[in-house]
Amino acid sequence: MFQIFKVKDTLAFMKWRKVAMALSVLLILGSMVSLATNKLNLGLDFTGGTVIEVGFTQDADLKKIRIILADSGFSDAIVQNFGSSRDVLVRLAPRADVNNETIGSDVLNALKLGTGDNVDMRRIEFVGPKVGGELTEKGGLAMLTALICIMIYVSLRFEWRFALGAVAALAHDVLITLGIFSVLQLEFDLTVLAAILAVIGYSLNDTIVVSDRIRENFRKLRTGTPSEVIDISLTQTLSRTFITSLTTIFVLLALFFQGGALIHGFATALLFGVFIGTYSSIYVASSVALGLGITKEDLIPVEVEKEGEEQEVLMP
Amino acid sequence: MLNKYPLWKSLLVALTVLVGLVYATPNLYEPDHALQISGIRGADVNVSTFERVQSTLTRQFDVKSAVLENGQVLIRFNALNDQLKAREAAIALLGDKYTVALNMAQTTPGWLDAIGASPLNLGLDLRGGIYFLMEVDMKDLLKTSREQMVLDFKSDLRKDKIRYKSIRLKTNGVELKFRDETTLEKAFELLKTNYRATVFHQPSTEALTIRARMSDQLLRETKLAAVEQNITIIRSRVNELGVAEPDVQRQGEDRIVVQLPGIQDTARAKELLGATATLEFHMVDERAQSNGSVPAGSKLYQRRDGGSVVLKKAILLRGTHITGAQSGFSQSSQPEVSIKLDAKGGNKMSEGTKNNIGKPMATVFIEYKPTGKTDKNGKKILKKIEEVISVATINDRLGRNFVITGLDSPAEARSLSLLLRAGALRAPIQIIEERTVGPSLGQENIELGASAIGYGLLAVLLFMLVYYRGFGVVANVALAANVLLIIGVMSMIPGATLTLPGMAGIVLTVGMAVDANVLIFERIREELAAGRSPQQAIHHGYEAAISTIFDANITTLIAAIILFSFGAGPIKGFAVTLSIGIVTSVFTAVVVTRTIVNLYVSGKRIDKLSI
Repeated sequence: MFQIFKVKDTLAFMKWRKVAMALSVLLILGSMVSLATNKLNLGLDFTGGTVIEVGFTQDADLKKIRIILADSGFSDAIVQNFGSSRDVLVRLAPRADVNNETIGSDVLNALKLGTGDNVDMRRIEFVGPKVGGELTEKGGLAMLTALICIMIYVSLRFEWRFALGAVAALAHDVLITLGIFSVLQLEFDLTVLAAILAVIGYSLNDTIVVSDRIRENFRKLRTGTPSEVIDISLTQTLSRTFITSLTTIFVLLALFFQGGALIHGFATALLFGVFIGTYSSIYVASSVALGLGITKEDLIPVEVEKEGEEQEVLMP
Repeated sequence: MLNKYPLWKSLLVALTVLVGLVYATPNLYEPDHALQISGIRGADVNVSTFERVQSTLTRQFDVKSAVLENGQVLIRFNALNDQLKAREAAIALLGDKYTVALNMAQTTPGWLDAIGASPLNLGLDLRGGIYFLMEVDMKDLLKTSREQMVLDFKSDLRKDKIRYKSIRLKTNGVELKFRDETTLEKAFELLKTNYRATVFHQPSTEALTIRARMSDQLLRETKLAAVEQNITIIRSRVNELGVAEPDVQRQGEDRIVVQLPGIQDTARAKELLGATATLEFHMVDERAQSNGSVPAGSKLYQRRDGGSVVLKKAILLRGTHITGAQSGFSQSSQPEVSIKLDAKGGNKMSEGTKNNIGKPMATVFIEYKPTGKTDKNGKKILKKIEEVISVATINDRLGRNFVITGLDSPAEARSLSLLLRAGALRAPIQIIEERTVGPSLGQENIELGASAIGYGLLAVLLFMLVYYRGFGVVANVALAANVLLIIGVMSMIPGATLTLPGMAGIVLTVGMAVDANVLIFERIREELAAGRSPQQAIHHGYEAAISTIFDANITTLIAAIILFSFGAGPIKGFAVTLSIGIVTSVFTAVVVTRTIVNLYVSGKRIDKLSI
């Protein structure tokens, strides 16, 4: 049998609880500070503006392109390579003075005339400022709705302490992933938002598996403190946690290296998210439930209570 | 007995996977590069047109097949290059009565087609094309509506000789002021009966005042009508762009989504969509009908449905005065169109028609279309297209409300009413979002997505094989079945579209789908380590893992569904594949693997498991 972990004894995860907690708080605070000061490098989807991606037949001379664009009245254009040295991305902020509708074709024509090269139009995206604002609002709303719906489901299926633990883990994962995007100033676009919601799904998946085992062990094991029960449960689910993270990381690496430049942000967000999500399902969710004082009595199956009730009814 | 499925259950599982496989197969057939030719403005593609096009193109290009079907010609080519050159040739041959659109024609074999199996719809980011999100400017529309109210009220009150002090435009409606209580009451009653969709009230704070505003329902209807009008116009114009499968839809209260697959010329698309249209009413010059010559002061017009008619040059009325048009049936159940004019238009019409009762009147539709050329000063050259869309007899002196009869069918009445409203188009549209993907990038995206799925799948398959050996093979069969099922289900749902983020969703599902198997297999290992027999370990492993798998996937599904309802364009594609992937993965990872495992172990003495 091939095993990643050959664990015979229970690992004392909860012994390091305080250290992990301190680390998490530190990371969250850092993320919040960065989000407040550096902000997110919001992409076109949220800020509005125009993006034009063009392909040249040979390596593009970015300096020359900048000069050509400045001469055509686009001095504020941000010009960079995208994906390969022949592909160029031109970004323009939304403007009040010119007709935004024609910017895409104007830039394309300027490049065709200026470089004399047969410029291949690969992509033009224009997002009006109003649409951008709406997307930002809807995106934030989607994230909040997801958190609330999940909290409701988990508290119905489990127990409120687990629900709070799960949501704390999710908030932890989302905040730190956003923090990393803010610190590294990676572009935050719609696909990254989708990735963050997928991180919520993934991290939850992990948390539920762990919580499920904790619940089972609380019922099954007659002895042991809550902290010991949690340690046993985490040890039992450890291989599964790592194997699933591993296969997910495999496919994400495939996406990162093979999926092309358009999907880079998505893969990056998920890669960070999976790392943080794996850590948080071990340390954040169960340790919050423990901190809230989860005990064996909270998880005793409902049938036991019913039996008692029946007896009372039978009594005269 | 442990670990045995009844035969029907195993067969049902096999059947489900097979159906998925069958519906996924059309995606293996590469589509042909094709031209789709259809007639516009009444022109029909008949057999002679078809033969003309077919013989010309077959001589010059490598034509795979050519068919005439439902009034459209579909010509398939073996090479992309031929398709593009043949389009030029076909346009030169046919002129502007026909549109020649580039298309990707399916090559699904007949037997698959017969059971409704067709390839996946590809999103614009994969096939190339233009996406526009347009917003109808309601502010302008509502302001004109209020101005109209002022004019209408004034004319109505004057007609009934009710004296008012002032009628003014306010931010939300109209304010009427009177000199005394009795005239106010009279006006109040009159306006209330005349304008049932308008809300009138007398504010208690201000004496001798009536306030009027559109009712919420009228407001909604006005907005809806404006959007529908715009959609009608955009549809008719999109047809002229030569797009094979255009998609024009309302989104929300005041927005329109336009998707034009296969074209890249955004500048031309915008020009065409932004072209202006207007209507004019002219009297038919009856002197010309008899002798065939065109008298002075008259002009020969083409009719939309073919033929021509001579009309007087003098304009009876311009379409800008039209405030509404509705198709319906007369008392003798003939199709008709009732038209509403504003007060000024009503007066003009009434003046113009009083001496023309019993004579024919024509409706002319005028459009200014860009030719794609500019003059010396850089101004765009527009082409004026005038067409007579209907000729009807004036039965009565026409006023603000009148009816056009003499139409051939309810369908004609409907399209005339749409055109009339289009001519009266007063709510301008604006592009608020645009996404254009060139054909090279689209093709590249497909290849990138496919290769990411390929590599991701390969890595996971290898890992599972090494780690779980025998059971790994079972999990791998389930994983492959899962990918097939996702593609099959996506192909089955007519509205589902595969986008680049959607492909990312499939990749992610591949990585996460094995989680269910990992849960089960780890559990079986634990049970074995605890000393259970292999048969019991399998049984308990599946039983114990199932509720965990269920809970874990439901929550991910919640996240995916919220993502779907948040639904911004390409992101929706990710949510769709992720949701489908979650459902299919639970089925394959739990049910399919169990079926295979059961088939292998049931009724046997197993000493050791390959896990």
